[in-house]
Amino acid sequence: MIRKALALGVALLRLWLWRPSPRVEEPPRIVAPGEPAPRAELLLLALLGCASACAVAFVVVYAVDLPRPTQLFGLCLGLMFAFLASALVLLGKRLVPDEEIEEDYPAPEREHAQEDVIGIVEQSGDRFTRRRLLKVAALGTGGAVSAALVAPAVSFGPLFHTSALDRTPWRRGRRLVDDAGKPLRAADISTETFYTAYPEGAPREDLAAPVVVVRLDPEELRLPAGRESWAPRGILAYSKTCTHAACAIALYRKPTFAPTQPGRALVCPCHYSTFDPATGGTVIFGPAGRPLPQLPLQIDGDGNLRAAGNYSGLPGPSWWGVRHR
Amino acid sequence: MIRATVRFLDSRAGAAPLLKKALRYVFPDHWSFLLGEVALYSFLVLVATGVYLTFFFEPSTTQTIYDGSYAPLRGQQVSEAYRSVLDLSLERKAGLLIRQTHHWAADVFIVSIVLHLIRVFFTGAFRKPRDLVYYAGLGMLMLALLEGYIGYSLVDDLLSGMGLAIGYSVGMALPFVGANLMLAIFDGPFPGSSSFWPRMYVAHVLLLPLLIGGLLAVHLLGIVARHHTQFRAKPRQTERKVVGLPAFPGYAPRSIGLALAVAAVLFLLGGLVQINPVWLWGPYHVSQGTNGAQPDWYLGWLIGALRLMPSFDVTIGSYTLVPNPFWGGVGFPLAVFGLLAAWPWLERKVTRDRGAHNLLDRPRDAPWRTAIGVGILTWVFLVFLFGSSDRVYVFFGLSYEGQLWVYRVLVWVVPVVAAGIAHRVCVELRAGEHVERMRALAETEAARERALGPLGATEPPPGAPRPARRGP
Repeated sequence: MIRKALALGVALLRLWLWRPSPRVEEPPRIVAPGEPAPRAELLLLALLGCASACAVAFVVVYAVDLPRPTQLFGLCLGLMFAFLASALVLLGKRLVPDEEIEEDYPAPEREHAQEDVIGIVEQSGDRFTRRRLLKVAALGTGGAVSAALVAPAVSFGPLFHTSALDRTPWRRGRRLVDDAGKPLRAADISTETFYTAYPEGAPREDLAAPVVVVRLDPEELRLPAGRESWAPRGILAYSKTCTHAACAIALYRKPTFAPTQPGRALVCPCHYSTFDPATGGTVIFGPAGRPLPQLPLQIDGDGNLRAAGNYSGLPGPSWWGVRHR
Repeated sequence: MIRATVRFLDSRAGAAPLLKKALRYVFPDHWSFLLGEVALYSFLVLVATGVYLTFFFEPSTTQTIYDGSYAPLRGQQVSEAYRSVLDLSLERKAGLLIRQTHHWAADVFIVSIVLHLIRVFFTGAFRKPRDLVYYAGLGMLMLALLEGYIGYSLVDDLLSGMGLAIGYSVGMALPFVGANLMLAIFDGPFPGSSSFWPRMYVAHVLLLPLLIGGLLAVHLLGIVARHHTQFRAKPRQTERKVVGLPAFPGYAPRSIGLALAVAAVLFLLGGLVQINPVWLWGPYHVSQGTNGAQPDWYLGWLIGALRLMPSFDVTIGSYTLVPNPFWGGVGFPLAVFGLLAAWPWLERKVTRDRGAHNLLDRPRDAPWRTAIGVGILTWVFLVFLFGSSDRVYVFFGLSYEGQLWVYRVLVWVVPVVAAGIAHRVCVELRAGEHVERMRALAETEAARERALGPLGATEPPPGAPRPARRGP
């Protein structure tokens, strides 16, 4: 018993006294050594502290209800990231070994490997006897399979039905109504401003639907031949969709002092295509390539404005194949 | 801890040799090399903030009546998409911060890509063996432009709706296929069917990010496989040896620091600098438009080109073949990207230099490349500048018509002049360096003569130190 205890004691003592034998050989250093930088370490700690403070501040701002907290949120998160960024740059520039190493660029080409790859591919096809025929067959099959895989893309939309682009909601006799659905009365149309009108009872989210209505002195009108009756009492309607890039014609230029200011015009705010309402919507400035389509008007017995037919041309942006009028 | 982790990774994945290589990968140092990294880190911020936004956005044009907290719009007919963005911005805590940070990140993303492209072009970094990396980069830039455009179009506010109408018209203007393509994409004439918004959405949050991510992988792997380029700033830096900081421990903290700095700037912008306050624009309806509409900066060159075009459609008889928006919206960007894409090939053809290059040129080392690059850059920049001419009219009172005519001349004249000046500057700088080199040579020789006396001067100096080319 005592011997056992003694043996245990000796073993414990030896364990306590045991020191690892010194390494025979230290492996060579890989990373270059450098001097300690206690002040940089202190700064690093300070930066981490600031970042944590910002993070906590964010949570606090988030938790308490402030009426407009976006700026504070941004400030907290932004500064948190900024402190962290500074901490890491400090770490990279002051605290880790500042060493430059060099390495060989990889060889531009490895001819042996290239030859091997070519060999593998070519030798794998050794057994073919009708190589050209097979190539043609593979190509044909590839084409057929691709056609089959691509065909469902036609379901994306009515891509062959370009007639959908010609459709307009305007018919002879359809009333012009305003935003609220109230019919436009000829007597209410002033020469001082312009009006947006829609076809009564038709969907409005359609490039062909909205029209601008303006009133000019009938003496001023120089409409193209055949449109003499389209502007009763000098009231004109044009498609509100620019023929250039489909923005709404949202500006009406009306000179307040005619002798020195440019003439009246309908202007698109996107690329400043400018159309003359007096001459049938012809382009007088800007990139548009064709005039604004005009909608013929008539005034019914109640004094309301009605369409007297359809547009003079395609409303909306041009596309290949459209009539250039 | 470290030992156990490394042992685990090596025994399970055989990762030790790879890790060792990765940790000691060499990054040559120059400030301009950070531009690409800024783009990468903005992309990460974009993905992170974008994922957050998907939890609140509803990609639907179903019309509804707005009844949220923003009084001026209450009672108006708006789309679910627009309503969800308003709710996210005005009702959700931190929603506006994330949305604005996302928008700013998109702008910064494309700025840094463009600056990176300029750096790569003028230093000849696109040359073999990194041309594949260059093409992947060009592809990412194109996708990023489209991604940004679709991103702000999704909101369905008045401005984005006008932008979408312009995009539709530009698409319609493609000869022979435009109308059909647009009918397919929009599922009918503009503004399209109810399927169109989910299509844009899936393109914005899945397809385009995946494509950008895929090209990013090609871009980064391509760089790692051939290593980074470097300037010849030190004599040790040659075509065969790359010198710089190891990825670990020297470069990693700096690069992660840069990532965090990018995040810092983006969140500060997102929190403090308002961007695209969509509640002020109101909802989009086909019949509505507003003056002073400006797209995000990276589409400025396209709006400028669309506005610069003179009024004409290409017609056959009385039928249209090529509508006007084609030139500004398709032709112009196609020309710019075509030139950029053809450049490595063109340069190989002209210089007959088919070799691999690991050392970068300074812009002056390739005067013709620099001259043509400056020319293209000036061309695009002037068109971009014209995109803001309506604002210039409002702020400075310069007539819009007058500016239009001046720019129509300037965009062709100034690039040529700028290219000429750039070429001359490069040539002169190089001549100056030659003089410096000669003088240094003469001075060492003179010093040697003085040391040896008049008799020793007959033979040329054996090891006259050739001064190394300085870095930029």
